Amino acid sequence: MFLILRKKVLAPTVTQFDVKAPFIARKRKAGNFVMIRVEEGGERIPLTIADSNPAEGSITLIVQAIGGTTKLLTSKGAGDSLLDVVGPLGNPTPIENHGVVACVGGGVGTAELFPIAQALKAAGNVVHTIIGARTRELVILEQEMATCSDSVTVTTDDGSYARKGFVTDALKALLDLPGSGVHAVYAIGPLPMMKAVSNLTRTYGIATLVSLNTIMVDGTGMCGGCRLTVGGQMKFACVDGPEFDGHAVDFDELMKRNRTYVDMEKITDERHVCRLTAVRQEEIR
Amino acid sequence: MSAVNPLKPSQRMKIPRQESIEQPAAERSINFLEVSFGFDEDRAVLESQRCLECKEPYCTDGCPVGIDIRGFVTLVLQKDYVGAVQKIREANYLPAICGRVCPQESQCESLCVMGKKLTPVAIGKLERFVADYEMKHQLFTPPVVTERREEKIAVVGSGPSGLTCAAELAKMGYRVTVFEALHAVGGVLRYGIPEFRLPKEILDLETERIKALGVEVYTNFVIGRTATIDELFDEWGFKAIFLGTGAGTPTFMGMPGENLSGVYSANEFLTRVNLMGAYRFPENDTPIKIGKAVGVIGGGNTAMDAVRTARRLGAERAYLIYRRSREEMPAREEEIHHAEQEGIEFLLLTNPLRILADENNWVQGLECQRMTLGEPDESGRRRPVPIPGSEFTVELQTVIEAIGQKPNPIIQATTPGLATGKRGTVVTDAQQATSRPGIFAGGDLSRGGATVILAMRDGKVAARAIAGYLQGLNSPPP
Repeated sequence: MFLILRKKVLAPTVTQFDVKAPFIARKRKAGNFVMIRVEEGGERIPLTIADSNPAEGSITLIVQAIGGTTKLLTSKGAGDSLLDVVGPLGNPTPIENHGVVACVGGGVGTAELFPIAQALKAAGNVVHTIIGARTRELVILEQEMATCSDSVTVTTDDGSYARKGFVTDALKALLDLPGSGVHAVYAIGPLPMMKAVSNLTRTYGIATLVSLNTIMVDGTGMCGGCRLTVGGQMKFACVDGPEFDGHAVDFDELMKRNRTYVDMEKITDERHVCRLTAVRQEEIR
Repeated sequence: MSAVNPLKPSQRMKIPRQESIEQPAAERSINFLEVSFGFDEDRAVLESQRCLECKEPYCTDGCPVGIDIRGFVTLVLQKDYVGAVQKIREANYLPAICGRVCPQESQCESLCVMGKKLTPVAIGKLERFVADYEMKHQLFTPPVVTERREEKIAVVGSGPSGLTCAAELAKMGYRVTVFEALHAVGGVLRYGIPEFRLPKEILDLETERIKALGVEVYTNFVIGRTATIDELFDEWGFKAIFLGTGAGTPTFMGMPGENLSGVYSANEFLTRVNLMGAYRFPENDTPIKIGKAVGVIGGGNTAMDAVRTARRLGAERAYLIYRRSREEMPAREEEIHHAEQEGIEFLLLTNPLRILADENNWVQGLECQRMTLGEPDESGRRRPVPIPGSEFTVELQTVIEAIGQKPNPIIQATTPGLATGKRGTVVTDAQQATSRPGIFAGGDLSRGGATVILAMRDGKVAARAIAGYLQGLNSPPP
C-alpha cells in the first residue's frame, strides 16, 4: 500500500498527490512514469511522475479526472492509500544544453512538462514555456513554470485568460521572432496538440520531443498494448519511450488506436461515478 | 524397496488407465472454471495399483526435477496421500501446479514401462490428486529448516524458476527475497496460464507455502528500474542473485495491420484476462474486446490458452491459425484435444499475410495463404512453403498473435558484464551461472521459451550452485 501524504486541487478536474514511495522517489528522473492501481479489481494506469522528494520518500503525481480510474483516484485524500505503485518506468528525458528550448504544455500535460523544464533549465538552457488550456480555470502550474523559465506564455482556447488561441499560435510567434534561436521543442499534451506542434516544427526543421500516452497494461514491455509506429518501425511506448521524435510518430494511427476501448471506458466511468456519488450521499447522511 | 502391491503384474496390467473427471465441453467452453477435476480417491488408488514398481524406475529419468515417482505412487497405494505429497515436495515444491501443467506425456509418462505395450501410469494426475488432497484437508506442514544461514539472496521474478529457486534456498536456511515487477506473484503462472487450467487459488496457496518458509516477497518492484542488480549487491547487501524474469516480451509477425484496434499479442490478451480479471468486466475495470470471430495465430500452448480463452469470452467462431500441420504443433496433445472438444476451428497449413481494417480502424478480416510442407528445417520439423495463388480471407474481428516471446531486456540493459545470447537470452553454464560472478539465471530467460517444469529444474540447479558459490566465498583461499 502506498500512502497519500498530501492532496491539492490545482484546477476543477486536476489534482496533485504526494504519495509515499521511497524506492521510486530515489530513482526517478524527469520523464519517468509509474503504473498505479487504486484498489482491488482496478485497472493499471500510467501516470507521469511530476516531481519527487527523496528525503521524504515521496513522489508527486498530477491527475486529471477524465475516466473511471482517474475519477476514483481523485476521490481519494490524504491518509488514503493506493494499492499499487510501480516504477520509475520508461526512459528518462534526454536532457542536454541546446542553447534555447521551447517547452510546450497542453492541459494536464503541463504537469509532465514541469520536471523536464526544470531539468532543461538546470542544464543551462534558455527555456521559453508555453502553456495552453481550454479555459482559464484549467491553466495549471503557471507560477511553478515561471521559476524555471525565461518566459512563460499562456494561451486559452476561449480567450478567458491571457492570449486567446492555441499553443501552436504562440509557438509559431516565438519561432518567427527574429533571433529567438529555438533549437529544440519539448511538447506534452493531448495527441492532437502534439501532432500540431510536430507539424509546425517540422517546417522549421526544429527537433521536437513528444511524450505519448497509449493503451498500456503492465508498463514494463510485456503486453505490447502500447505499440505505435515511429519512423515506420513498431515501438513500445513503455520501454522504447514514452518520449519519441515528434516528426517520426504516426499520430493518426495512434489516435485511432487509443479509441479502442472508448465505449467500455464509458461503462467503467459511469460505474465509478455512481459508486462515488453513493459514497458521498452516505457521508452527507 | 519391497513391493507393497498385492496384485501380480498381470493383474495390474488388466486395470485400465483411469480418466479424470472433466467438465463437459459444452459447459466449460462458456465458463472459466477448471476443465479437469482430477481424480477422486478411488480412481487414484486404482491408478496407483497399475504401477509395476520397477526396480529401475525409468519414469524418474524423465522428470526434469527428479521426483521419486515410484516412491510417491506406492504411498498413494498405501493411502498415505500426505506422505506422497511430501515425497514429491522433496524434489518439487509446487506439486499442485506441476500436476496440472507439466507435459507428463513427453516426460515421466513417456518412459513408463506400462506405456510400452499398454498405457502409462497417469503420474501427473496422481501428483495432482495428492497435492489437492493435502490442500483440501489443510494438511500442509512446512518442512523444518534446521540450519539458518546469514547470507541474503535475491531472486528476481516470481515465476516457476524464481519460486523454485527461492524455496530450495530457503529450505537450506538462506535469507531469500523475491522481487516481482507485477502486483501479484507467479509470473507466467499468474498472467499467462488461464484460470481454467490453473486456478489462481491453487497458485496463491502454493506461493503462500513458499512464504511460509520465510521467503520475503516484494511485488511492484522492477529490477533494473526500481533498483539495479548492482544496487542489490552494493546497497542491499545481497550475496548472490538468481534471475528468473522469463520471456515476457511479445513478438509480432511484422505484417500490415498489426496496430489496428482488435489486434492483441497473446501476452496482452492473456494478461488482461488472467492478471487483471477482464473476463469479469465491468465488475473489474480492465476491458477486453472480443469479436464474434477470433483468430489466434500460433500452434503452441500459449496459442491454445488464448483461443480457448477467446471462446470462453463469447467468440462464436474461434480459429487457431497455424502454418504447419497438426503434427508439428508444439502444444501439448491434451490442450489440442481440449480445444477441439470446445469447438475451436483449426486452420492448419495457413499463413497470415495481412490484417484488414474496417472504416473505424477495427479488424474485419485476415488475409491468409495456404501452405504445404517441404523439407525439414533446423528444428527438424518440415518447413511450411506457400502455395502460390492460394490467398483467401478469413472474416474476423479480433486477431491474437501467439508466435512466441523473448526475454524482457531491462535487466540485460542495466547490468554491465552480463553476457547475452540469441534473441536476448542470458547465457548460463550447466550450473546456471552467468558471466557475472554471483549472478545465476534460468527458465525462459536463459532458454528463450520452454516449459514450467524446465524453469523449475533450472531454479533448483541454480539454488544448489548458489549454495556452492556462497560456501566458496566463505572458505579461506587455498
